Amino acid sequence: MEAFTFYLTSGVTIASVIMVVTRVNAIHALLYLVVSSLSLAVIFYILGAPFVAALEVIVYAGAIMVLFVFVIMMLNLGPQAEDQERALLKPSMWIGPSGLASILLVILVYIITQQPFGTESPASFIESREVGAALYGPYLLAVELASMLLMAGLISAYHLGRPLKKKDT
Amino acid sequence: MTSAAVSMDEVMLLAGIIFTIGLVGVMVRRNVLYVLMSLEIVLNATGLAFVAAGSHWGQPDGQIMFLLILTLAAAEVSVGLGLILQIHRKYDHLDIDQLKLMRG
Repeated sequence: MEAFTFYLTSGVTIASVIMVVTRVNAIHALLYLVVSSLSLAVIFYILGAPFVAALEVIVYAGAIMVLFVFVIMMLNLGPQAEDQERALLKPSMWIGPSGLASILLVILVYIITQQPFGTESPASFIESREVGAALYGPYLLAVELASMLLMAGLISAYHLGRPLKKKDT
Repeated sequence: MTSAAVSMDEVMLLAGIIFTIGLVGVMVRRNVLYVLMSLEIVLNATGLAFVAAGSHWGQPDGQIMFLLILTLAAAEVSVGLGLILQIHRKYDHLDIDQLKLMRG
C-alpha cells in the first residue's frame, strides 16, 4: 500500500515539476510549484519524516509561494509577456540543454542502480522530538549560522526593495 | 507507517529526476522569475535526497540538513525577488539574455 502511495505521489510530483518548467503563464507555473511541494510533503511523510512534511507545507507551499505571488502581482505581466515566453520556448532553445541534462540523469540512474544501498531501511519514524534535540545539541552552530543567513537575507531584501532614487534611473 | 515498503534506490531516482528537470528549467528559461522557480525545484530535490538518506539510517541529521536547505531557500528567494523587482523597475523586462552587460 505504501509503495503504491509512493509511486502515485512520485508521478504527481514529476508531472507537476515538468509543468512548472514548461508553462508560459507565471501564475500557472506557480500553482504547479505549489502542487509539487505538497506532493513532496506527502513523500516526506511516507519516508517517516512528519516534521519535515509539515515544514514543507508551511514554509514552501505557504510562505515562499506567497512571496512569489506578491512579486508576480507587482510585476503585472500581461499577455504580451506570455507571447514573449512562448517565442522563447522554441525546440531549438530547449533541445540542447535537455539533451545534456538527460545524459547526466542516465549516468545518475546507472550509478544508483549499480550500487544498491545495502539492507532495507530500518522501520523508523523519526519524531520531531529527536530532530529538535539534535538541532539544539550538536547542530547549535548550524542554527546560529542559519539565523545569520536569514538576517543577511532580510537586510538585503530591504535594501533591494527600496524605491529607486532619481539619479539612478 | 515505515519506509520499509519504499526502497532507497527509488527515492534517490525520484530525487535525481526532479533535480534534472529543475536543472533543465534553469538552463532553458530566459525569464528570471522562471529561473528562480526552477532553482526552488532543484533545492527541493536535494532536500528529498537528504531526508531519504536520514530516514534510511534512522537518524535525524537528514531532516536537519533539510531545515538548513529550507532556510537557504527562503533567504535566496527573498534576495532574488528583490533583485527581480529592481530589474523590472529599471528595464521593464526580465529577460536575462538582455542583462548580460552587467553595467549599472
